[in-house]
Amino acid sequence: MIYWQLFLAFFIPNIVGYGGGPAIIPLIENEVVGRYGWMSSQAFAETLALANALPSPIATKMAGYIGYDVAGVPGSLIATFATVAPSLLLMLVALGTLYRYRESVKVKSMSQWVRPVVMTLMAYLTWRFLDQGLDTAGILHTAIIGGIAGVLLLATRVHPAFVVCFGLVYGALLLG
Amino acid sequence: MLRTQTQLFLAFLRIGLFGFGGGPSMIPLVHQEVVKRHAWMDDEAFADVLAIGNTLPGPIATKMAGYIGYRVGGSLGALNAVIAVIGPIIVAMIALLSLYARHGDQRWVQGMGQGVVPVVMVMMAKLTWDFFTKSRASLGWLVTLVMGAVAGGLIYWLDVHPGLVIGAILIAALLRPEPHHTTRETDT
Repeated sequence: MIYWQLFLAFFIPNIVGYGGGPAIIPLIENEVVGRYGWMSSQAFAETLALANALPSPIATKMAGYIGYDVAGVPGSLIATFATVAPSLLLMLVALGTLYRYRESVKVKSMSQWVRPVVMTLMAYLTWRFLDQGLDTAGILHTAIIGGIAGVLLLATRVHPAFVVCFGLVYGALLLG
Repeated sequence: MLRTQTQLFLAFLRIGLFGFGGGPSMIPLVHQEVVKRHAWMDDEAFADVLAIGNTLPGPIATKMAGYIGYRVGGSLGALNAVIAVIGPIIVAMIALLSLYARHGDQRWVQGMGQGVVPVVMVMMAKLTWDFFTKSRASLGWLVTLVMGAVAGGLIYWLDVHPGLVIGAILIAALLRPEPHHTTRETDT
């Protein structure tokens, strides 16, 4: 039962997740935190922070870890399978058909039309993390960390991994 | 046979380990290994696979790994390449987060978890902005904001599953009449 839920929780976001890895994040949050309640917002934010700091695709890292957290190694395998396999199998089986449509306007408009929805989902998730930050770290620390992270991410070319490290060190020293 | 599989594994292991920044930023690395280093494909075939991969949902890096692995080494090659590109990092994720959870009762470890939330918030805000600017470029700001607001109303007020909203939009995009002037590929 839990395995089937895990499969669905990762299959659905990935099958509608046009627009690459980041577009899938709010959809996964919706399943994992909202629908099934496997994780708190805080734990999801921590997982996402670490996933951002490590290489390789974000969606599979999230699936692999959350699957493990929920149901051990089999859970990890199932969540990763649900993320990777469906679109890969489709690609292998229907390559000829897809080849004809690779420049299709319809296919391009699919990812274009989905973007505003993903934008809204991401805005909502931003607000959830803000709420979480105010709740645990308080308004002052949230503003300081958020402000410095914003400058680092938007105005400099510092790698996101270092920005995550900054948050970790700040938290360990000043919030512990 | 074994040699090919080893090469596949090492090529996609390198791609996975050095591919910081998520799927799309890994494409140049895939190109480097697959076209330049091993010549498993030429530039044109690579561009086609990339374009086809982009017509499907799901992470692009694993679709590329699986498809190229299949072309080079059959089903085993597909499995091999996918495991090489994501396996080691998933194990690292699990190890690091388990270590973190084990020391979760220490105050400074809890502080780390709290300190990272505002950082993730800023990252999410940046992604939101990126999607807005990309969408504004193709649909215009008004359509973007109206579509975003309607979707938000459906999902957060009426409690419609976001997958259903996106699924409906995808079907609408597929069913709309295709303009003729831009479809030279399908005419030939």
